[in-house]
Amino acid sequence: MTLATHDVRWSAGGHLIVDGITLSVEPNRMLGLIGPNGSGKSSLLRLLCRMRKVASGVVTLDARDIGDLSRRDLARRLAFVEQQATTDVHLSVCDVVRLGRTPHRAAFASWTREDEEAIDHALERVGLTDRHDQPWHTLSGGERQRVHIARALAQEPRELILDEPTNHLDIQHQLSTLALIRRLGLTCIVALHDLNLASLFCDRICVLSAGKLVAAGMPEAVLTPDLIRRVFGVEVRIHDGAGGRRHIEYIIDGDQGETP
Amino acid sequence: MSHAVLRPNWAARIAVAVLSVVALVLAVALAVTVGEMTIPLGTALKALGNGLFDLGFPTSAIQQGVIFHYRLSRALMAALCGGALAISGAILQALLRNPLAEPYILGVSAGASTGAVCVMILGLGGTTLGLSGGAFVGSVAALALVALLAAGAGGTSDRVILAGVAGSQLFTAATSAIVTTMASAEQARGVMFWLLGNFGGVRWPDLWVATPVALIGFIICMSHAKALDAFAFGTDAARSLGVAVGRVRFVLFATTALLTATMVAIVGSIGFVGLVIPHAARFLVGPGHARLLPACLVIGAVFMILTDILSRVLVPQQILPIGIVTALFGAPAFAAILYGAKRPA
Ligand SMILES: Nc1ncnc2c1ncn2[C@@H]1O[C@H](COP(=O)(O)OP(=O)(O)OP(=O)(O)O)[C@@H](O)[C@H]1O
Ligand SMILES: [Mg+2]
Repeated sequence: MTLATHDVRWSAGGHLIVDGITLSVEPNRMLGLIGPNGSGKSSLLRLLCRMRKVASGVVTLDARDIGDLSRRDLARRLAFVEQQATTDVHLSVCDVVRLGRTPHRAAFASWTREDEEAIDHALERVGLTDRHDQPWHTLSGGERQRVHIARALAQEPRELILDEPTNHLDIQHQLSTLALIRRLGLTCIVALHDLNLASLFCDRICVLSAGKLVAAGMPEAVLTPDLIRRVFGVEVRIHDGAGGRRHIEYIIDGDQGETP
Repeated sequence: MSHAVLRPNWAARIAVAVLSVVALVLAVALAVTVGEMTIPLGTALKALGNGLFDLGFPTSAIQQGVIFHYRLSRALMAALCGGALAISGAILQALLRNPLAEPYILGVSAGASTGAVCVMILGLGGTTLGLSGGAFVGSVAALALVALLAAGAGGTSDRVILAGVAGSQLFTAATSAIVTTMASAEQARGVMFWLLGNFGGVRWPDLWVATPVALIGFIICMSHAKALDAFAFGTDAARSLGVAVGRVRFVLFATTALLTATMVAIVGSIGFVGLVIPHAARFLVGPGHARLLPACLVIGAVFMILTDILSRVLVPQQILPIGIVTALFGAPAFAAILYGAKRPA
C-alpha cells in the first residue's frame, strides 16, 4: 500500500466533487481510474499529489500523511503528468525534460552527470531522443504528451500519476506509451477513458461516478455490461479476446437487435 | 552532443563574466568622461584615484567634484537601478506568466508618486521624511493595498495583475488630484520631471542604501532561479515539481517590490527598462533563469548608464528626464530585436 486515500473529500464552487473516496495501489502495480467526464478523476489525482488540499480524510504515502512531507521530498517520490499543460515560454524539448530534475537539485547547483543521464534516459524511453532541441511550441499534441511523460520520468519517481496520458496519441503510441508505463514497474495511477486499454494494461480498476467510488477490483470483475450501463449509460458486449484478455464492444442503438 | 550544452563550461562562463565586467567598466568610464564638461580619461582616472583611495593626484577641484561626486555616483546608481528594474521585470514575468508584466505592475510606482507628491506639495512629513522617504512610504502603502486586494480575490496571476491595475489607477488618480488642485505650475513641472525619472540628484549616501538592497535582492532572486524555471507550465506544475509555490511567490514578490520601491524612491519611476530588458536578455541567453537574471543585471545596468549619458548630452544645456530617453531609444532597439528574432511560424 504505497499510495492510498482514506475517505477523502474535496469541494469546489459549493459542490462536493470528490466524495469520500478510499482507495490504494499496491507497490509496482498499475491502477486505472475510469469514469465519465466530470466524475472527479482529475480532482482526485490532484489530491493524490497534494496539488489541492483535502477537505477531509488523508492521503498517505507509505502510511505517512503526504501533508507532513515537504513538497520537494514528495516530488522526488511522486511525479504527475497533467491532463493538459502548456506554456508560452520558449522552451526546447530538453528544457522541459530538465524541469523534472528540479526537486533533485540544490539552489545553486549546476548540472551533474546524474542529471544528464536521467534526462537522456527519459527522452530515450519515450522515443524522442532526436527531438532534443526542438522548440516545445512546434511539437504535435502527442509529442507534447510524451515530453511531459519524459519530464515525469526525469524526476525518477517511485510513484507515477498520469491524467489521461493517451490523450492526443495515435493508436500505436497509445499502446506503446501504456506498455512503457507498465514496463517501468512503478506504482502507477492512471486516469483513462478507453475501457479496452484500461482492461488491457491495468492490474486493478477503480470506477468513479459523480465523485464517488462505485466499483474497484480486477478489470474482469469490474468492467461488466451492467456496471458500464449504470455508469456510462452505454450498452456493451464483452468478448473473450486473445491471451485471456477481454474485448469490450460498444453497441450502437441501431444494431442492438443483431445477433453476433 | 547534448552533453556539451549541459556540462558547466567554465571557460565560457569566465569569458562571459569578464566581458560583462569590461562592458560595465567601459560604460562607467564613458559616463564619467562625457558630459557638458568633457574630461580626458586620464584626468578622470586620477580623480577616481583621489576620491576612492586619497592618492593626492593634482586635479582641479571642479573636475574632482564633477567626476567623483557627480558623475561616478550617478553612473553607479544608473547601473544599480537598470539592473534591479530588469531583474524585477524578469521575475514578475515568470511568476505572473505574463510577458507584459513589469516592475510597476504591483502599484509601486503609482504609490511612490503619491508619496512624493504628498511630501513635495502637501509638505507632509516635513524635512525628516524627504522626497525619497515619502516615495518609499507611498510605494509600500500601494503595495500593501494591492497585496490585500489580490489575496482577497484568490491570488491567481490574473487577479494579481488586475489588483495591481486597480491599485495603480487609484494612486495615480490621487497624485493627479493633489497636483491639479494644490500645486503651482512650477511644482507641477517639478513633479512631472521627478515622475519620469532623473539621476541628477544622486549622491553617495543614496548608493549606500541602494547597493546593499540591490545585492541582497539579486542573491535572493538567484537562489530561486530553478524554482522560477518550474513556473513555466503554471503554478500547479511548479507544485508537482516540488516548489513551495506560496512561499516562493511571497518571497519573490516582496523582493522585487522592495527593489523597485528603493529605486523609485531614489530616482523616480523609470519606465520601459523593466519591461523590455528581460525580453532582450531572453533573446540572448534563453529562458533559463540561472542565466537570464545575471544577463538582465548586466544588460539593464549598461543600458541605463548609456541612456543616462544620452539624457545629458542630447539637448545641450538641458537634461532630459531619463524615462523619455529609455523609451525613445529603447523602443526602436527592442523592435529591431523582435524583428530579428521572429521565429518561423
Ligand atoms: N475549481 C473548481 N471549481 C468548481 N468546479 C470544479 C473545480 N474543479 C473541478 N470542478 C468540477 O468538478 C467536476 C470534476 O472535475 P474533474 O476535472 O475532476 O473531472 P474528470 O473526471 O477529470 O473529467 P474529464 O474526464 O472530463 O477529465 C467537474 O464537474 C468540474 O466542473
Ligand atoms: Mg480530467
